[in-house]
Amino acid sequence: MIEILKQPWPWYVAGAIIGLIVPALLILGNKHFGISANLRHVCAACFPANIRFFKYNWKKEVWNFFFVGGILVGAIIASRFLANPEPVKIAPALATELAGYGITDNSNLVPKQLFSFESLFTLRGLIMMVAGGFLVGFGARYAGGCTSGHAIMGLSELQWSSLVATVMFMIGGFIMANLILPFILSL
Amino acid sequence: MQTIQQNIATINAVNENADMVANTDFEVRSLDTMCVNESQQTHPWWYNFKYMIVGIVFGIVFVKAEIISWFRMQEMFRLQSFHMYGVIGTAVVVGIISIWLIRKFNIKTIYGEKIEFHPKKSNKGHIYGGLLFGLGWALTGACPGPIFAQIATGAYVVIVVLLSAIAGTWVYGYFREKLPH
Repeated sequence: MIEILKQPWPWYVAGAIIGLIVPALLILGNKHFGISANLRHVCAACFPANIRFFKYNWKKEVWNFFFVGGILVGAIIASRFLANPEPVKIAPALATELAGYGITDNSNLVPKQLFSFESLFTLRGLIMMVAGGFLVGFGARYAGGCTSGHAIMGLSELQWSSLVATVMFMIGGFIMANLILPFILSL
Repeated sequence: MQTIQQNIATINAVNENADMVANTDFEVRSLDTMCVNESQQTHPWWYNFKYMIVGIVFGIVFVKAEIISWFRMQEMFRLQSFHMYGVIGTAVVVGIISIWLIRKFNIKTIYGEKIEFHPKKSNKGHIYGGLLFGLGWALTGACPGPIFAQIATGAYVVIVVLLSAIAGTWVYGYFREKLPH
C-alpha cells in the first residue's frame, strides 16, 4: 500500500481530491476555497499602512491561515514519508530543451539549479524568484484570486469572471513559458 | 488641556470607526469575493483545526501529484503533458457537481447555516491581473498554494518567492485605486 502511495499519484485521483475540498470547506463552515487571500491577510495583519484595501477584520479570516498551515504539514508528511525515490519524470522534449540551458538535475520537484540560494544572486535566479513571486502576488490580487479561487472555486460556481481570469492565467503562462522564459533561462 | 486631548482622541476614534464602517468587510472585498466569509459563527480559535486537516490532505496531494513541480508547469504551458489539465479538469468537474448538489438539496453547513454563494461582477482586473499572474506562475512554477508546499518540502529559497508575492499583494493594495478595474 505504502509502495503505491509513494508513486506519483495519477491526475484523476489528485483532481478528485482537490475538487472535494470545495464542498468540504463549504460544509465545514461556509468557507470559500482560496489561497492567495492569505497573502492579503498577512498584509492586513502586519503592514496595513492605512491602506483601505488592508483595513478589514482579518481575524475573521484566520481559518485560512490554518488551512495553509495544513498545506505545510501535509507537504512535510508527503516529502518525509511518501517521497518517491525515483527522479522526477519529465517530458523528453522538455528535458532536451532544459538541457540546452544547462538544467539537467531533475532529482527534485523544484529544480535545484534554478531555485537555490546560490542562484538567487544571479540575474536569472533573481528574475525567476523575486520578479516571479511579485507577479504572482500582484496578479492574483488584481485578478481577485489565484488558481484555487478562480480556476477551481470560481469555475465550480460557474462564474463567468473566473473563466475570464483562468483563460488569462493560461495565456500569461503560455506567453512566459514559450516566448519570454527562453531568454531568461539563457541569461 | 486634557479635555482637548481627550476630545481629539474621541474624534480620531470616531473617524477611524466611520472609516471601518464605510469599509465593511463585504464592501472592501467586493472585487475580491474569493475571500468572503459570511459565516456568523463565533467559535473558539481551535475550531479552526478542522480547516488544517483539510489543508493537510491538500498539501499531501500537492506533493504526491507533483502539482508543486516546476517541471509539470512547464510541461503544461508547452502542451507536453496532459497531467495538469487532468488535475484541474477533474477538480472542476467534481467541484461543479458538488456545488450543484449543495444548491439542489439546500445542504447546510455542519452548524446548520445556509451555504452562501456570491456572483462576482466581471472587471478588467480579471484580464490584466490574470495575465500578470500567468506570467509569474510560469516563471516560478508555483501558484500561491504550491509556494507554501514547496517551502515545506525543503526548498527554503522559495521563502523569497513567498515574501515577494506578499510584497506584490501589498503594492497592489497601495496602487489599487489608480489601476483600471
